[in-house]
Amino acid sequence: MTSFDTEKAADLHRHLHSHLPSDPALRVKTLESLAVEKGLVASETIDAWVEAYSEQIGPKRGARVVARAWRDPDFRARLLDNAGDAIKEFGFEGSATGHLVAVENTDDTHNMVVCTLCSCYPFSILGMSPAWYKSSEYRARAVREPRKVLAEFGVDLPEDVAVRVWDSTAEVRYIVIPQRPEGADGWDEERLAAIVTRNAMIGTDRILKAEG
Amino acid sequence: MFRPDDPLAPRDSVFDEAWQAQVLAMADTMVRGGVFTATAWAETLGAELRRAEALGQPDTTQTYYEAALGALEALTTGTTDLTETDLSTRKAEWTRAYERTPHGQPVILDRGRD
Repeated sequence: MTSFDTEKAADLHRHLHSHLPSDPALRVKTLESLAVEKGLVASETIDAWVEAYSEQIGPKRGARVVARAWRDPDFRARLLDNAGDAIKEFGFEGSATGHLVAVENTDDTHNMVVCTLCSCYPFSILGMSPAWYKSSEYRARAVREPRKVLAEFGVDLPEDVAVRVWDSTAEVRYIVIPQRPEGADGWDEERLAAIVTRNAMIGTDRILKAEG
Repeated sequence: MFRPDDPLAPRDSVFDEAWQAQVLAMADTMVRGGVFTATAWAETLGAELRRAEALGQPDTTQTYYEAALGALEALTTGTTDLTETDLSTRKAEWTRAYERTPHGQPVILDRGRD
């Protein structure tokens, strides 16, 4: 009995002092160490990916694409024709943008993007998707009641504006080209890009403001 | 439920915890490396998300990333010669390695091996 208690106490002591990671963190460490040993991934690649998507790659990339489409009619045409090819001139192509499709908002049409299956998203131009995009609530309701969802995002869509909901897949992903706001004439690409919000490129934001 | 972004709010960090980023990094790298297809990843992740929902898990990012981890484990053991036993053995080794490593020292897998 005594020895059992001593062992238990020693065990408890080890636990308290070990900073044992959470269960999912341990499972990830497990998977990564085995995947590296098997040559399925390189740890440098994983580290570089994590750094890039935590710090550098975000919706500013997509905003530049939108800004260029606003300023350059030829680029806009190329983007609408084959977005996956068009974004190559920025060097923004990635595994999630091979079959990228750009859909354009107009006075009478609003586009909105969802992935009803999981969370497919053009992350090499928009960065990691926001938490709500991955939620089962958004994935279900965006298709069922898009106007209601839009209203919750603060977008009150007039009845005469049609909503088109695009369901992303592993193969086809979307970026919404929002309408260029009035009052931004003569702005350069950088200044225009600064007013393009991430949500506008997913379609949960519609009216951009020419401020800044 | 959904709120417009507050432009004045501090920017959320992209990932709540490092392991979440590592899961997606591994999945994307394995898709690009041809270990499994993007479609297989989407379908497996979708199935894990539906399972979590059916089990009544909360609709949170934690649930999402745990589903992603489950999908990655399922695909890795399903498409490579890694087995579930490999995973459980290695996890036990890492657990022991952490428990046996004193404060401030790097955690080395060998410490967890008997």
